[in-house]
Amino acid sequence: MIRFDNVTKLYPKQNRPALQDVSLEIERGEFVFLVGSSGSGKSTFLRLILREERTTHGQVHVLGKDLARLSNWKVPHMRRQLGTVFQDFRLLPNKTVAENVAFALEVIGKPRGQIRKTVPEVLDLVGLSGKGERMPGELSGGEQQRVAVARAFVNRPMLLIADEPTGNLDPQTSVGIMKLLDRINRTGTTVIMATHDQQIVDQMRRRVIELELGRLVRDQSRGVYGYQH
Amino acid sequence: MRAQFVFSEIGVGLRRNLTMTFAVIVSVALSLALFGASWLMGKQVDTMKGYWYDKVNVSIFFCNEVDAETSPNCEKGAVTAEQKKEIQDDLKALDVVESVQYESSEQAYKHYKEQFGDSPLASSLTPDQMQESFRVKLTDPERYEVITSAFAERPGVQEVQDQRNVLESLFNLLNGMTYAAIGVMALMLVVAIMLIVNTVRVSAFSRRRETGIMRLVGASSVYIQLPFIVEAAVAGLIGASFAAVLLVGGKHFLIDNWLADKILLINFIGWDEVIRVLPLVVAIGLLMPGIAAFFALRKYLKV
Repeated sequence: MIRFDNVTKLYPKQNRPALQDVSLEIERGEFVFLVGSSGSGKSTFLRLILREERTTHGQVHVLGKDLARLSNWKVPHMRRQLGTVFQDFRLLPNKTVAENVAFALEVIGKPRGQIRKTVPEVLDLVGLSGKGERMPGELSGGEQQRVAVARAFVNRPMLLIADEPTGNLDPQTSVGIMKLLDRINRTGTTVIMATHDQQIVDQMRRRVIELELGRLVRDQSRGVYGYQH
Repeated sequence: MRAQFVFSEIGVGLRRNLTMTFAVIVSVALSLALFGASWLMGKQVDTMKGYWYDKVNVSIFFCNEVDAETSPNCEKGAVTAEQKKEIQDDLKALDVVESVQYESSEQAYKHYKEQFGDSPLASSLTPDQMQESFRVKLTDPERYEVITSAFAERPGVQEVQDQRNVLESLFNLLNGMTYAAIGVMALMLVVAIMLIVNTVRVSAFSRRRETGIMRLVGASSVYIQLPFIVEAAVAGLIGASFAAVLLVGGKHFLIDNWLADKILLINFIGWDEVIRVLPLVVAIGLLMPGIAAFFALRKYLKV
């Protein structure tokens, strides 16, 4: 599904690499937590998977493709197989919930009939049935994040990338989002989630990958957020 | 689906940057109107050249009794019949000469009367004051020097005159005006391009949220960029149609209804030239902003 081979990422004008010699593999259907303090390289890790950045050394394979050899014009097609969710939701404030989800389908040229059918289905799935005509501003943070998850999942991606999806939410709402991500994972979608939320990681007991100053320091199946520190 | 989506995006974009769009339209309209005008001016000069060069020729003026006293070239007195015959034979032997026409002093007097009528100077003239001349038509008007060098010093010749010289200064003036118009056009074009680049930048910035999401969900770069490019092209097209209206109006009101009545000696360019330049104006108005937007997007919109 995803393979990092001795990946080093050095940003220009920076002495320390954001990622240094990271090698790991993530299998289809896994649920992976990516933990580490700020500046440990979590975001760079995710950006490399999305091919928003390219490696300085080493290779990243996503869905069986070497991203270094993927030409620019093929990148959008690759991204259609990935879903992304962010801490700040990234919804369009002037579109309704349903339109926000439909937007993801419109811009990749899906036919109108399919959009009409799929959008309510996926809103159902995330627990927002009946709220399709609401504006994002009228919803709570947890509901807005559900819209974002719906938009990320509406294409039925192979891989869902979540960058601190519960970062702006209270613990109770966070649990709801995690249950949703867990359910998505159970449909066979691989989920990679960067987080600072110790409680969630400890509760879920999934694979944990910890980065520290750009190095892979822990890769543990059924892990916890951290050792005592 | 796709088309509808793109068009709704364009409408939103154009309205959002109304002032910028307006500035783009005006600058494109002015630069294209100047482009068309200088093009047509060039055509006008060509038309006039064709018309006048057909009519003008090199004139060899002969000395008459009056010149013998006043002109230094005619110290040996008025031209004789042998001299004229000799010159005519020599002219006919030359390759560049197409035809030679003799104008007697009587004919010259008549022409002068026709042209200047009853002016005081004309009424004081007598036929024997006018000069006899050969009107020489050349196969290649550019080579009039051949005639000048061969005949200017001949006995009995007062002067060899190339009538093109008179027109040449007029054409130089018109050409100068054309170049000035091209210069202003180039400047306006640069202004238009800078405005378009800036408009695209503002537009891309105000829509960075949408484009960011489009990028994440895997919209192709064409799909993300097309609304911006078409937006610029639509503004350019509106500008181009204003320019077209200006050109057609200029031809109708300025040339047909005004200049053509005032200046009868010049034949002006016809509608065919105007119609020929319009598609060019529209094509440039459509392509130039589109291409400028495309390159601006490479810089300001990450895809």
